[in-house]
Amino acid sequence: MPKDGGIGASTVRREDIRFLTGKGRYTADINLRGQAYACFLRSEVAHGRINRIDTAEARAMPGVLAVMTGADFAAMGGNPAGWHIPSRNGEAMKEPKRPVLAHGKVRHVGDAYAVVVAETLEQARDAAGAVVADITELPAVVDMAQAVANPDLRVHDEIANNVCFDWGWIEDNRAAVDAAFKAAPHVTTLELVNNRLVPNAMEPRASIGDYDPGTGDYKLYTTSQNPHLSRLLIAAFVMGIPENKLTVIAPDVGGGFGSKIYHYGEEAAVLAASKALNRPVKWVADRSESFLSDAHGRDHVTRIELATDLEGNFLALRTETLANVGAYLSNFSTATPTFLHGTLMAGPYRTPLVYVNVKAVFTNTAPVDAYRGAGRPEATFSIERVVDKMCRELKLDPVAVRRKNLIQPDQYPYTTPVGLVYDTGNYPATLDKLIQIADFSGFEARRAESARRGKLRGLGLSTWIEACGIAPSNLVGVLGARVGLYDAATVRVNATGNISVMTGAHSHGQGHETVFAQIVSDKLGIPASSIEIVHGDTSKIPFGMGSYGSRSLAVGGSAMVKAVDKIIAKGKKIAAHMLEAAEDDIVFEDGKFSVTGTDKAKTFGEIAFSAYVPHNYPLESLEPGLEETAFYDPANFTYPAGAYACEVEVDAETGRVEIASFACADDFGNVMNPMIVNGQVHGGVAQGIGQALLEAAAYDDNGQLLTGSYMDYAMPRADDLPMFTVDHSCNTPCTHNPLGVKGCGEAGAIGSPPAVVNAVIDALHRGGHTRVTHIDMPLTPSRVWSAIQN
Amino acid sequence: MQLTDQRDIKADPATVWAAILNPEILMACVPGCESMTGTAETGFEAVVVQKVGPVKARFTGVVTLSDMVPGQSLRISGEGKGGPAGFARGGAHVTLTEIPGGTRLSYDVEASVGGKLAQLGSRLIDGFARKMADDFFERFQQTVEGPAGTADGTAEGAEPNGGENDPGGGEKKKGWLKRIIG
Repeated sequence: MPKDGGIGASTVRREDIRFLTGKGRYTADINLRGQAYACFLRSEVAHGRINRIDTAEARAMPGVLAVMTGADFAAMGGNPAGWHIPSRNGEAMKEPKRPVLAHGKVRHVGDAYAVVVAETLEQARDAAGAVVADITELPAVVDMAQAVANPDLRVHDEIANNVCFDWGWIEDNRAAVDAAFKAAPHVTTLELVNNRLVPNAMEPRASIGDYDPGTGDYKLYTTSQNPHLSRLLIAAFVMGIPENKLTVIAPDVGGGFGSKIYHYGEEAAVLAASKALNRPVKWVADRSESFLSDAHGRDHVTRIELATDLEGNFLALRTETLANVGAYLSNFSTATPTFLHGTLMAGPYRTPLVYVNVKAVFTNTAPVDAYRGAGRPEATFSIERVVDKMCRELKLDPVAVRRKNLIQPDQYPYTTPVGLVYDTGNYPATLDKLIQIADFSGFEARRAESARRGKLRGLGLSTWIEACGIAPSNLVGVLGARVGLYDAATVRVNATGNISVMTGAHSHGQGHETVFAQIVSDKLGIPASSIEIVHGDTSKIPFGMGSYGSRSLAVGGSAMVKAVDKIIAKGKKIAAHMLEAAEDDIVFEDGKFSVTGTDKAKTFGEIAFSAYVPHNYPLESLEPGLEETAFYDPANFTYPAGAYACEVEVDAETGRVEIASFACADDFGNVMNPMIVNGQVHGGVAQGIGQALLEAAAYDDNGQLLTGSYMDYAMPRADDLPMFTVDHSCNTPCTHNPLGVKGCGEAGAIGSPPAVVNAVIDALHRGGHTRVTHIDMPLTPSRVWSAIQN
Repeated sequence: MQLTDQRDIKADPATVWAAILNPEILMACVPGCESMTGTAETGFEAVVVQKVGPVKARFTGVVTLSDMVPGQSLRISGEGKGGPAGFARGGAHVTLTEIPGGTRLSYDVEASVGGKLAQLGSRLIDGFARKMADDFFERFQQTVEGPAGTADGTAEGAEPNGGENDPGGGEKKKGWLKRIIG
């Protein structure tokens, strides 16, 4: 049984009290004395040459303090890509400068080219309307195939064919893969689109720049998932200011899903404006700006081929993908379709030969980058869809086929043909658990019942794996990363025995304040209520890499455990002195340091007090104080995995799909807080169902975003979703981090889309519509109905 | 968005052609037009107030006439900027053919929008553009045919806004009814 409030307890989220009572403090809630307001001017055309921006009238308007354009930032650095991906032929990737504000050209609708700062937001908006931009519209390239094929259409003048890189993984294996396909008894081919998504965090992006002319210090309040990375990018790459003169504070942040990992130009702009005006400058995006300028997700066009024998044993897998990166490279945009996608193309299977080709393509659309799952949903979708198609072609049972191709429990550590080493797992166990909790055996009766109501019922399955807990720095360094991916924690025991934990991870809804306190409480044997979790402020926390890629617990949590271990080790030294015993004889248990085999003991609080009031203390050999910092760099990725099942009812008359049930059997390793894990899975599955049935970012041929509001971009709502059945009992603890945790944040969004689509195809086949082999997401009534009709 | 339509006007092609080149008539016919100045040769400057779905804006822009084959065909293009609302642009290729008793006016229209209009109103643009085109040519027909022509062909609600060109017909209902049942 878990200790009350410790590891494994479903402790209620402490942060929800302030979130649910309106006491959260988000960037938009922060108002600094004397602040001015910024309004950005954004391109209305997808591609255009900026001839002239006339700001005279705007400058003369009431309350206007400054109007800045791209020219004012031309001398600053570009916002860099964080990962270098070389092409198959060894060429470096193309990295066009991404300026703070567009200069010379605008390259997507929403590309900011000027900013107006005024006394009030209304004055800033009015003045923005008076800025006259003479922009000559140029032909836009929106479609990736056209971007690659038409040499006359260029997002960046210097990049022919708009290809950022042409990546092969693993290039040396290509010949063997091709040979296997030539010799294979059966090849299944599928062309599919992984639909483009708008992240839609509940809180739009916001930033306040605050320059202190007295000290020369810059302070940035911003909606960030990783304040230290933002600080590094702004200081060292974009603005060229000393890192120690910039503090980045990401207070409460209302969701990110990846879109707030990145540094955006607005952050540098408000800092620069603040310095120019000697006043704080605040900007809060409206929802339209979020749609236009947040980094979008997914947007792959893929051709996948699976070679098998006639019994459905996987022999080889091959993919060609066009991955949209939009108009500029967002910070992780080059890693997402490659090392978070290509390396996962083995899935949980023993496919011996895999080759992945990805071309990253510039288009006149908003930048595309990591969105919940980031590359791994795309990989999982491609694999699970082609496996399902193969099963139909060969008339094989999709459960049996998956089962016999899964990596077996005795094969770990398992080296995949795409460069990863899975440390542990038990994929047959989660599949078996799924079959049980989703009641596969009762499906036929449910199908018959649906049929009586005139509905087509289908059952769809997916298995999934991801590499998360990113990442071993030396490994990703070899793979092209330009940053380390460790994390850090400082555990500060105060004199009165309570604790402040400063973590490099950042919570924007995950519940870190609760879970991290549970872990420290469990390890130190003091109540969670005496433990404060501090995050999001670079002036308080050690240099950490923030939260994304399901890394907070596996990496940040591990750093915290290491720091706690150092606290305990020092506490033992202090206790040994106070108890006049040998250090080796001191044991720490349940919050007490005691001499083994005796009743002599000191509480944790007594040790803490002694550390800060060191009257009886080994000062000659030990420093006072009780505060430890640890950095943790993981030895490997973590590999959560699982199996998902979806049941749908399709109305063949209208094409409408209803999710009847959804079940998840996951292996997240050790679970710290089951309730929070359930919530993470629920949220991820909701987003996956959103992708599968509802969501799509659509641009027209001119590059106009047609889905620029919730009138046209359909978000999943409660009545689109069933009650979820979630199980994470089949856990195999991670072998290389101290908590044995793997990460759960992205799972739901990774495993669910193929389960939904497989279920719909299954329903149509059972209903006699056997010519439908694939429908691209989102499976709107119109698309499903059309597929049935054709 | 694209649409093709035609209508028969009870006036000879020369009259219709002259009307197309007349800024006052154009102003009377562009729905929501507040002002139009300029000439057929140099182009017209126009201010138009329109509402597309949730977005209402005053568009300032230019209307140009091109590809002119006198008495036969031309292209009318317009592009307007609506400030924060975005922009709209459209064009119509117009062909005049003499028919017994008048002129057949055929048109191919295309329209596109950008900025906030596209983000918020894209679903509505097709219907909006169709209505704009219908209204325009309806008014044009009504204006050219003049009060004498009202026996056949004025749409309900197509209230021209140019004073002296206002045919002011009292029999609009009849024309509207005839179109529905005819």
